[in-house]
Amino acid sequence: MILSSESRRGQPLSFGGWLRTIHIDGPLLLGLLILMGVSLLVLYSAGGQETGLLVRQMIRMAAALLVMVAIAQINPERMRSWAPGVFLVGLALLVAVLIFGIVGKGAQRWLDLGFFRFQPSEIMKLAVPILVAAYIAERPLPPSFFRMLVALVMIAIPTLLIAKQPDLGTAMLIATSGLIVIFLAGISWKIIISFLALASAAAPVLWYLMHDYQRRRVLTFMNPESDPLGAGYHIIQSKIAIGSGGLTGRGWLQGTQSHLEFLPERSTDFIFAVIAEEFGLLGVGMLLALYLLITARGLYIAGQAQTTFARLLAGSIALTFLVYVFVNVGMVTGLLPVVGVPLPLISYGGTSMVTLLAGFGILMSVHTHRRMMSP
Amino acid sequence: MTPWQTFKDHISEYRLINGRLIFAGVFSALLFSAVMVRLVILQVYEHEHFEALSNRNRISIEPLPPQRGLIFDRNGVILAENVPTFSLEVVPEKVVDMEATLALLTTLLNLTEEDISRFRERLRQHRRFEEVTLRLRLTEDEVARFAVHRHRLPGVEVVGRLIRHYPQGHLFAHSVGYVGRINEREMQIINRQNYKGTLHIGKTGIEKQYEDLLHGTVGYRHVETNVQGRIVRELQSVPAESGQDLYLHLDINLQRAAAEALTDYNGSVVVLDPRNGGILAMVSKPDFDPNLFISGISNRDYAELRDSHDRPLYDRALRGRYPPGSTLKPFVGLAGLEMGVVNEQSRTFCPGWYSLPGHTHRYRCWRHQGHGQMNFSSAMAQSCDVYYYDLSNNLGIDRLHQFLDLFRFGQRTGIDIPGENTGLSPSREWKRAFHNEPWYPGETLISGIGQGFNQMTPIQLAHATAILAMRGMGMTPQVLRASRMPGSDRLQLRAALPEEPVPVVSSRNWEATVESMIEVVHGQRGTARQIGVDLPFEIAGKTGTAQVFSLGQDEEYDAETLDRRLHDHALFVAFAPADNPEIALAIIVENGGSGSSVAAPIARKLIDVHFGLQKEPEIEVDDIEQ
Repeated sequence: MILSSESRRGQPLSFGGWLRTIHIDGPLLLGLLILMGVSLLVLYSAGGQETGLLVRQMIRMAAALLVMVAIAQINPERMRSWAPGVFLVGLALLVAVLIFGIVGKGAQRWLDLGFFRFQPSEIMKLAVPILVAAYIAERPLPPSFFRMLVALVMIAIPTLLIAKQPDLGTAMLIATSGLIVIFLAGISWKIIISFLALASAAAPVLWYLMHDYQRRRVLTFMNPESDPLGAGYHIIQSKIAIGSGGLTGRGWLQGTQSHLEFLPERSTDFIFAVIAEEFGLLGVGMLLALYLLITARGLYIAGQAQTTFARLLAGSIALTFLVYVFVNVGMVTGLLPVVGVPLPLISYGGTSMVTLLAGFGILMSVHTHRRMMSP
Repeated sequence: MTPWQTFKDHISEYRLINGRLIFAGVFSALLFSAVMVRLVILQVYEHEHFEALSNRNRISIEPLPPQRGLIFDRNGVILAENVPTFSLEVVPEKVVDMEATLALLTTLLNLTEEDISRFRERLRQHRRFEEVTLRLRLTEDEVARFAVHRHRLPGVEVVGRLIRHYPQGHLFAHSVGYVGRINEREMQIINRQNYKGTLHIGKTGIEKQYEDLLHGTVGYRHVETNVQGRIVRELQSVPAESGQDLYLHLDINLQRAAAEALTDYNGSVVVLDPRNGGILAMVSKPDFDPNLFISGISNRDYAELRDSHDRPLYDRALRGRYPPGSTLKPFVGLAGLEMGVVNEQSRTFCPGWYSLPGHTHRYRCWRHQGHGQMNFSSAMAQSCDVYYYDLSNNLGIDRLHQFLDLFRFGQRTGIDIPGENTGLSPSREWKRAFHNEPWYPGETLISGIGQGFNQMTPIQLAHATAILAMRGMGMTPQVLRASRMPGSDRLQLRAALPEEPVPVVSSRNWEATVESMIEVVHGQRGTARQIGVDLPFEIAGKTGTAQVFSLGQDEEYDAETLDRRLHDHALFVAFAPADNPEIALAIIVENGGSGSSVAAPIARKLIDVHFGLQKEPEIEVDDIEQ
């Protein structure tokens, strides 16, 4: 019987119980809503106090929340059965993009490519972990070496296709989400360590394969001061913004660094610097704590999940979310090279938000579709 | 496997995954601790270093606003220019005591309450480190007084700016329009980036219509500044790109002549070149000085303009709705010929009145004693109402309305100035929709002589006349003749915009109509015969007198005793030369009385000026751009 514990006891449903019947997880929802509130507050300041920008962002948030609620209604078992189909469609679209991309290098490349580039890679952000989790959960854990290799191929194909677009940030995040599934499935530490060793040996090869602009990013990351008005500009200005924020920040709307308009992409990828400048260490500390709490809830949901598939998937989604945050914050604070990854749910923009909330929809679905175990 | 074994496998699997989840959780927490350490280093240990970088030696990006394009008439006379002025700018962040500063400035420069309250309003819209204008157009005297007290006024500076100026003052107030301060609503629409450093935006007329061309593209310079905000050095700069200069079809000589010819009447004159739709003159009286709006018109001045009974801000040429009166007759007449309701030979007897069959109500002809036997040509020349009552009655409102549509009555002409009114060409459907009443046959008669519900704008009337002049080949009216990219000396001419030609059964009908209009000006009994003398070519025209005040059945119109506001409107439409038209015009003199004695002579003056038939005072040479 699919019954929630509350209704089984015949008592009136509490608010939390009611949320559960519509497959929504209260604590997660609360955390996400707070993040969105912070996003609007900061965007108002970073976007030059323009209400139009806020309205557009709110519309996107509403749409993304609807997607989340809709996905939360789908039973995880159904997602498992859909995984191969969605993955194949996503692959076909990725190939289409590559062919299309070669044809369309005219003046309108951004518009056309932008529309197409986004969609298939966003699908893959969820399709890859679902498929890998479904495949690995078919047999008892830990997976055999052969299964692991097949799973790696499943991850590598979309990753390489997206890296070729080129969209290194997205490719890396998709690979991460798949690799996390393999890691959670319990492959032995020996294998993990040998792969890491192999990867560091392959770094020079990777360097050779990289685009010029990507190499430049890595070089400036090593030494930003070498090119203060060119490639290092982002990092230098971002660090000044963060550092000048101090312990308590300059106050909301008072950030001179960001408002003087030389902190680039301050509504999108570099919005963390605006928060650090205006709200200081206390503000960003609380923000990071919020991200950790949301991830912790995700990990708890993974731990409570009832099938291996659901555990692997939920764990991957929760951890990938944190990787997003880490990559963005690492980039803005100068710990990591500059890759175009937005700060989840805070940065201005729509597509990544929809995918993220779809992921949280899956988490909620996993948590609220549990069957009561017979004693 | 036994079920128990499977269950055991599950347990061990879950242990495995949970172990990994916990490991990942701990690892994540460590990564975040690393980030926090990084943040503590940046925000606590290196805070002073970065704060110094941020505050004392900041690189700022200064916008370089583009120079707004100039506007010229067809002769190269400048209609809108940019003049250098001094303005008083305040950077709030650098002001120590704002109240004291404002108080001192008030006594120094005689600032008004209004200046101060507007400044406070602007202050709210800007950030603390942005320049806010306190006062535009300082006199040299004021600049000198400020300089003496400058040391007491940190954060206040006198800055040179280019400000729009309209050297022709009132003359092009409605057509060229004016620029004004960018308001909050406009802020939402414009590309804010491109308007950084720009104070003004086109509000009306050409200035608004071609804002995109006139404005140009903003430039930037990256500068390094010291503690006081003084620029230490320029790092990089992208120059602004000036807006395009605009060359209009408008002819200042004709415009001035038209404005003067209206004397102190309210009204409107539109003159256009029917061959390409170019607007040669467009006057709406009364007018105003557009220069008042640039530096912020005072509330009192604005209220005066806005509340004036004569409505000087209202562009009559595009928005004024007037009954066309008899100036509609050429179009109604052509409809009659086209539909076969009349022909050039058919006659109607005018006893001075007309009654619908079976009715006793008498629709009066303007000539009470009657015109006698009238044909197409004489009815036009003498503007016989009875002939047109009969024609309209036989035509019916549906066919009449349908035909007038071809001349774009009741529709916007599409002129390149915003705010045009559609006017009203009544129809059976319109009356049903807006008055919920059936159409009465008597209303067809009244419509046929351009009275009743008919409302046309001067631009519509001029445009329809131009279509007639071109025998059906209409051109969309345009004020802009050409534009010039900054730095280029080549004019990019605008193409004329041909409209769908008016289809006719027989081209002879055009000639019959035009010939009857020539009779109006050159015929023995034409209503405008006094303007038809001493001409090397023929004018085709039509007078009109539109009732403002309706009279009872047997009342007499007595100009002496009526308030001037109730006097009839005087109208005249014409084109010349009749066989090869170069100009077409429409004139409306509000409360002018009679079309033939007031409006027609204005047309003759304008035709004389345009064709150089009469010595007119020449414009001064130094007005002309080389």
